[in-house]
Amino acid sequence: MISIFPSLLNGAVITLKLLVSSMFFGLLIGLLFAILRINKNPIINKFAYGYSYFFRGTPLLVQLYLIYYGLANIEFLRNSFLWVIIREPYWCAIIAFSLNTGAYTSEILRSAFQTIKEGYIEAAQSLGVTKKITFYKIQIPIAIKQSLPAYGNEIILMLKGTSLASVITIMDLMGEARKVNVLTFKPFEAFITAGIIYLFLTFIIHNIVKYLEKKYGFQT
Amino acid sequence: MELLSFGDTGWGDELFFATLMTIAVSIGAMAIGFLFALIFTPLKLSKNKTLNVIGNCYTTIIRGVPELLVIYLLFFGGTGAAMYVASIFGYDGYIEINAFITGALAIGIISGAYSTEVFRGAILSIDKGQFEASKVLGLKKNIQFYKVILPQMLRLSIPNLSNVWQITLKDTSLISVTGLVEIMRQSYIAAGSTRDPLFFYSVAAVLYLILTFLSMKIINKLEVRYNKGF
Repeated sequence: MISIFPSLLNGAVITLKLLVSSMFFGLLIGLLFAILRINKNPIINKFAYGYSYFFRGTPLLVQLYLIYYGLANIEFLRNSFLWVIIREPYWCAIIAFSLNTGAYTSEILRSAFQTIKEGYIEAAQSLGVTKKITFYKIQIPIAIKQSLPAYGNEIILMLKGTSLASVITIMDLMGEARKVNVLTFKPFEAFITAGIIYLFLTFIIHNIVKYLEKKYGFQT
Repeated sequence: MELLSFGDTGWGDELFFATLMTIAVSIGAMAIGFLFALIFTPLKLSKNKTLNVIGNCYTTIIRGVPELLVIYLLFFGGTGAAMYVASIFGYDGYIEINAFITGALAIGIISGAYSTEVFRGAILSIDKGQFEASKVLGLKKNIQFYKVILPQMLRLSIPNLSNVWQITLKDTSLISVTGLVEIMRQSYIAAGSTRDPLFFYSVAAVLYLILTFLSMKIINKLEVRYNKGF
């Protein structure tokens, strides 16, 4: 059990890297699509809805395979500069995870935007604050605060989601556990140790989010 | 489009049966999940500390580790465990556990943890007066549960159970790694032999979208029906 620990920890570092980068891009995508979702233009609105419907309605594994195996099938992508990115399983995983978590994040933020009390916006308007500043300084901060608990869940779901990277040959925590299992034929040792590390990571994320909630959370 | 035709030349019939397999595994997993939830919900609500801890451990651990890990553990570990048990009885051959059963069990354990949380929340949100009233009326304990609490619990949990169903349906795609031929595995095979992964994974995505869309419609109908009196 001790001998397999270092390799699993190496895997855990990759898992965390995948998690942090996809959460970062996912948040940007989520924010963009949440703004598109509350747009009044029906075409933009429908487009954003379709995006989130597709990525929430299909399994992450399908999305990952579509990007990793599927995109390489398109001739002009293979000849373009993008090929450098999509031929790497690591980047494909990050693209798939970011798009996936972006869809969920956009839903979380959208509901947060829609539940902001009218009074805040009206107050800003009567104080003569411009629309743009109201949006950036009032609506976005409130939405982020309100969505912290749901977003914390999303981070944990994504941590579990990154384990799928192992099926496209990335040696993350799950991939290392599989390797140990294949090399030693000790499935319980390999997967239970990996499970403990995953639980530990979940526990840490849970507590960080709880702390942030306490510090910045919205008491109404 | 001819790739999707039925018969020997196309993958239509294979994908159709694979879709049925996905539905079967999802329903099986959901049913197993219900069994787990019916065992663990009382534990989580119990006043006994030990039982409480057992219930909490189940939901915390399962919801804190990746689904893939549970599947691998059952798939690789299950075979080993079965062979170990068989070797005690003097059988030393290789035993392969049915992929359908392992898959449904693994996904069932996962969806059970979510269902447990849903049931717990539903019971907690039932009005206290209902418990008291059924007690005052002198109903027996199990009648109290089956006739008063259970129907209300189910009604309150439908919206959240629909989420659990969606999660379960999508989780079944992970069983493909163990070789069970459901939508994902079939698309993988088809993509491999036709060298057209983009097309077949898109088909898989559409099949999943159809399944989630249809189940949403059905669940909405159920919800309307069970909320008639409210």
